[in-house]
Amino acid sequence: MASSFTRMMSGRNTAMLLASLGAGTMATCYLMTDSNILSAEERRKLYPPSADFPDLRRHNNCMAHALTPAIYGKLRDQVTPNNWTLDQCIQTGVDNPGHPFIKTVGMVAGDEESYKVFADLFDPVIKDRHNGYDPKTMKHPTDLDASKITNGMFDEKYVLSSRVRTGRSIRGLSLPPCCSRSERREVERVTVQALAGLKGDLAGRYYSLGDMTEKEQQQLIDDHFLFDKPVSPLLTCAFMARDWPDARGLWHNNEKTFLIWVNEEDHTRVISMEKGGNMKRVFERFCRGLQQVEKLIQERGWEFMWNEHLGYILTCPSNLGTGLRAGVHVRLPKLSKDPRFGKILDNMRLQKRGTGGVDSATTGDTFDISNNDRLGKSEVELVQLLVDGVNYLIDCEKRLERGQDIKVPSPIAQFRK
Amino acid sequence: MKKLNDQMAKLTIKRLSPEEEFPDLSQHNNHMAKVLTQDMFTKLRDRATPNGFTIDGVIQTGVDNPGHPFIMTVGCVAGDEETYEVFKELLDPIIEDRHGGYKPTDKHKTDLNPDNLKGGDDLDPNYVLSSRVRTGRSIRGFCLPPHCSRGERRGVEKMSVEALDSLSGDLKGKYYALKNMTDAEQQQLIDDHFLFDKPVSPLLLASGMARDWPDGRGIWHNDTKTFLVWVNEEDHLRVISMQKGGNMKEVFNRFCTGLTKIETLFKDKGTSFMWNEHLGYVLTCPSNLGTGLRAGVHVKIPNMSKHAKFEEVLKRLRLQKRGTGGVDTAAVGGTFDISNADRLGFSEVELVQMVVDGVKLLVEMEKKLEKGQSIDDIMPAQK
Repeated sequence: MASSFTRMMSGRNTAMLLASLGAGTMATCYLMTDSNILSAEERRKLYPPSADFPDLRRHNNCMAHALTPAIYGKLRDQVTPNNWTLDQCIQTGVDNPGHPFIKTVGMVAGDEESYKVFADLFDPVIKDRHNGYDPKTMKHPTDLDASKITNGMFDEKYVLSSRVRTGRSIRGLSLPPCCSRSERREVERVTVQALAGLKGDLAGRYYSLGDMTEKEQQQLIDDHFLFDKPVSPLLTCAFMARDWPDARGLWHNNEKTFLIWVNEEDHTRVISMEKGGNMKRVFERFCRGLQQVEKLIQERGWEFMWNEHLGYILTCPSNLGTGLRAGVHVRLPKLSKDPRFGKILDNMRLQKRGTGGVDSATTGDTFDISNNDRLGKSEVELVQLLVDGVNYLIDCEKRLERGQDIKVPSPIAQFRK
Repeated sequence: MKKLNDQMAKLTIKRLSPEEEFPDLSQHNNHMAKVLTQDMFTKLRDRATPNGFTIDGVIQTGVDNPGHPFIMTVGCVAGDEETYEVFKELLDPIIEDRHGGYKPTDKHKTDLNPDNLKGGDDLDPNYVLSSRVRTGRSIRGFCLPPHCSRGERRGVEKMSVEALDSLSGDLKGKYYALKNMTDAEQQQLIDDHFLFDKPVSPLLLASGMARDWPDGRGIWHNDTKTFLVWVNEEDHLRVISMQKGGNMKEVFNRFCTGLTKIETLFKDKGTSFMWNEHLGYVLTCPSNLGTGLRAGVHVKIPNMSKHAKFEEVLKRLRLQKRGTGGVDTAAVGGTFDISNADRLGFSEVELVQMVVDGVKLLVEMEKKLEKGQSIDDIMPAQK
């Protein structure tokens, strides 16, 4: 796409400059057809930022609410070290005006540096999405000590399965919207090499999407592990599906309780899951697995993208901080029909989804209940919130079964409400 | 100067080897995949057009779409006029393969003089339900849909609408911007079969053509709804002349008159259409180079279409069949969309002549088959 950097590069003078820098063939091209090439200055005059400002009048996403002509004017001609621009960050939000009921984020990062170079837009979006969290002044706590979790064993009469997921990005390589084929392949190599070092209950194997046999594919589908080429326009408009299925794959341990997606929406998505209600064990495996993988990549000189303000850096600003979604599939036939259900969830900082994940409908009375928040609270805090919340929901369900009344709990403190 | 230095230097930091960057095309069946080699890629990877379009931009759609089961797709697009020059090592062989052996040294002739068309006003309306001619035009100085910025796309729209608004007589009409359309207008355009939708084909989406939809997109048509222009869909402009019945001559007349008038209006504004004597009119997809012209009819040939020699006849006449919904649709009730297969290396008049003559023959064959007669004696020679 026409990045402002490459626009700046047009012009005969620039071609000379490039040649003198030793940029060889690149300079030659610029010299080849100069009949209607504008100089960088002429181009900027012809297309000032106002000419390119997107029409966001019908839009309902965080980016559209935060972007002003002033911010756009300031940032349009900036580039990250990977030549990523603001236009590329916001393309998905421009192309997807938004759901009337769900406010999407509307922008993505192309690399770690995006969050800094385009901070004037990312910061208000982060604030909007994460309950007033201010990246400039606040610090995000990281805590992967699963032993701190209490009451993490649910009543299995209600909770059918437990799951925790997050994402991790490999520092030094561009993120899925921006990465070249070689960078994506490098992410795959680094990750698969590290995972091969896992032992014991974490030992497993990798299935590359491109090389899978029909039998393997069917097995992964039956296990509900296989991820498909993204069809959501939120993802495809953010350039994340390029070159599919090159360097995409999944890894899982032999017991199928620890699973890693490679190069889907993030460099890696890490998932711990099992049938039943033992969330404590799920989270314990999650933390242990993450820490071991981190150690294994560090042995080879790599590390995860992380900083003290934004926590773990992922493609979508909605997943910053912990990137953590801890959830259960839970049966709540009576409670789900109670008009106070939504308020109870809200106050406990929980969200419900269908059992097919985000944007799916529920089947019967079984719901996917998970934490709303990602940034500003640690992993342990969020999982404990989920645990306490689900225990409360089950308690409500049991009360309704006995014909007793239930109470809507007070809202949990946030940065703003 | 220092800023440029720094940025150039930063740009090279993350460049891994060309072998690492080369796409996996082992499952692919499109023109780009047939032609692109590691050596070619290595050479082209270091280039960019003056607008910053790179080889990855050219081939992304072909990498993301391994192939259509029945149609050999092109698998690459141009981001600007210069693409065809800067990446000629890749595009010339693709053009040669796609356009029947057209060589890099060949010259394309343009002929938009409708008086040169013989006949075409007497196709039997009992069989030929409608006639249509379309082409595309790109405005010089603006990047093409895969690569243009919002400002450029809006510039194309503004300039085009200004030109179209000055058309008069039977060409006088009105512009409907996609984003400002009222419900009533939208419904009318749908009923007229004029409204184009946001592209859903992965061939188009993967090349970046649907960005910012519906900003800068719209439809213009004349009052009689026989001359229609799409703005900023797959090309800057798609120009269509159409009407019910079999009077292809009238359709082509209007087509040429309209196009010539529009071109004059653009020249008055100090710009022109992208054109050169080797590639003719330059459009986004290499398959539409030359004339960019598809002249076709909807024709009822239920018997002919079931005949064993149908495909052979089409091949010899240099025609292709499509369903009545256009490309990638199925035929309904024996009614087919029959049009010219070629775009480059033949003039507009030559292509429309082929359609006129070819469809006349197909109708003749249909009539014979209706009567139970054989068509062997009127089988055409290969054009």
